[in-house]
Amino acid sequence: MKPSDLVFRVYLAAIFVFVFAPIVTSMIFSFNSDRFPTVPLGSFTTHWYQTAFSRPEVWTAFGNSLIIAVCAAALSTSLGFVTAYTDFRYGFRFKTAYLALALLPPTIPLVIMGLAMLAWLRQLGLSGTLTGIVIAHTVMGAPFAMAICRLRLQQMDSALEAAAWNLGASPWRAMRVVVIPFCLPALISAYCLTAAVSFDEFLVAWFVSGLNKTVPVMILEILQGNVDPQINAIGTVVFLTSMVLVIIAQLLILRKTAR
Amino acid sequence: MAKRFSAYPYVWRLPLLLWQGLFFVGPLLLMVAMSFWLVRNYRMTPDFVFDNWERMLGRGYFWDAYRVTFIRASIAASLASLIAFPASYALAFRVSETVRRWAIFFLIVPFFTSYLVRIYAWQVLLAETGPINSVIGFGGLGPFTMLNSGFGAMVGYMTLVLPLVIILQTFSLAAIDRNLIEAAWNLGARPRDTLFRVILPAAKVGLIIGAVFAFILSFGDFVSPFYLGGSRPPTLSILIIDTTKSGQQWPRAAVVAIMMIVTLFAAAFAAVGAAYRQRK
Repeated sequence: MKPSDLVFRVYLAAIFVFVFAPIVTSMIFSFNSDRFPTVPLGSFTTHWYQTAFSRPEVWTAFGNSLIIAVCAAALSTSLGFVTAYTDFRYGFRFKTAYLALALLPPTIPLVIMGLAMLAWLRQLGLSGTLTGIVIAHTVMGAPFAMAICRLRLQQMDSALEAAAWNLGASPWRAMRVVVIPFCLPALISAYCLTAAVSFDEFLVAWFVSGLNKTVPVMILEILQGNVDPQINAIGTVVFLTSMVLVIIAQLLILRKTAR
Repeated sequence: MAKRFSAYPYVWRLPLLLWQGLFFVGPLLLMVAMSFWLVRNYRMTPDFVFDNWERMLGRGYFWDAYRVTFIRASIAASLASLIAFPASYALAFRVSETVRRWAIFFLIVPFFTSYLVRIYAWQVLLAETGPINSVIGFGGLGPFTMLNSGFGAMVGYMTLVLPLVIILQTFSLAAIDRNLIEAAWNLGARPRDTLFRVILPAAKVGLIIGAVFAFILSFGDFVSPFYLGGSRPPTLSILIIDTTKSGQQWPRAAVVAIMMIVTLFAAAFAAVGAAYRQRK
């Protein structure tokens, strides 16, 4: 190993310390007795978990987040898949505009999405409802789902579908028995990732939610009060939930590229 | 196959048009329209007046916020690109394929974990009596005030954008044809020259795209400037939230939002133009 390699490795390690410092410390502080944590640490406690999870509104918020994530992920994944398939299979006029429409949402700042969604959903009578949040999260999740499905379709031999047609399968049947099974790992990982996006999204949900709070919205509102280690306890549970989802998604992506 | 009308292609094409038209384009257009509406007695009424535009763009505090936001986002984009580069270089050229794949994996994970909780963790870590200051204190220094300052906000921006910038840079560096680099070596180029005259030009597009994403994300972020930057001076995103939440002045918030979108598009187009210039 060259000496410069060592320098690079130390640098990389420092970057990863920076990236993971907030995640790891939040987990450590969630079991730490001090209200204002410092070094050396206080004693081990599960007090913050007990306090946080003895509040019924925390459970309600988790319930809301779960319902929203499950629905928004299903919608985003479906929308992402049909769009990716269209891009894969067909060329047509204004396709660039079509793709721009599909991929643009993540470039709009969340604050602006929040404001625009709030005004629009208010007009439709959906502001303050879970449906409203599901709609917003679907718009935000669909581009991710589309990207994942598109990458998977890229790996499919397009003759495969044509072969099924020649063997007498209708386009619908070919879709059901050829394309969808081939894309299944991508569909699952898109589902997990969009669920994670929805589960963590706080800004648009905050604008739209009204009284139906999700977990991140509740965290945001606790944060506006004061330093409160309950956030670490709730946050750790949120971290673990979304990390499990992301890791499942990533393993499926890595496995499919390995083949 | 006989050319007859089939519903099949449209079943796949239409959902996106309907959904994004109804719930993405619709809201944005409404927001633009709303910026010309009037608020009377806390109620919005459709109208076509330039009142909100005049009021927002005629005020010093809007332009102060605009300047702060723009400068901070530019610094964040430059800083993130500079900090990320050695790491991306190492991942692209100095580690094995497996290490690179795992490193990317671990850089994607934080992207999908709660940004809010990570910022809260920084709030605790950077506090006057927090862990970092007490460690520095063992060395007889400090305590330093890191929260409620430009520094605090910058730590937050880096938390938000650094993983993404490293990923984008790594991909563009790893895609460089190794023969180019070896050719430079064989022709006697010094490492400095290889870096500036071969590697950087070849990876230009990816590097610029990374910086653009860093700019877009920092420009629109509300959490870092609010919770770590102390919201003083306010950024445009804080202005939008204050105007929307406290005053019911949605039309004025819409004006700020439109100014932000225009700025972001201009920045993105300028950068993409720069990225593809002189590439034939």
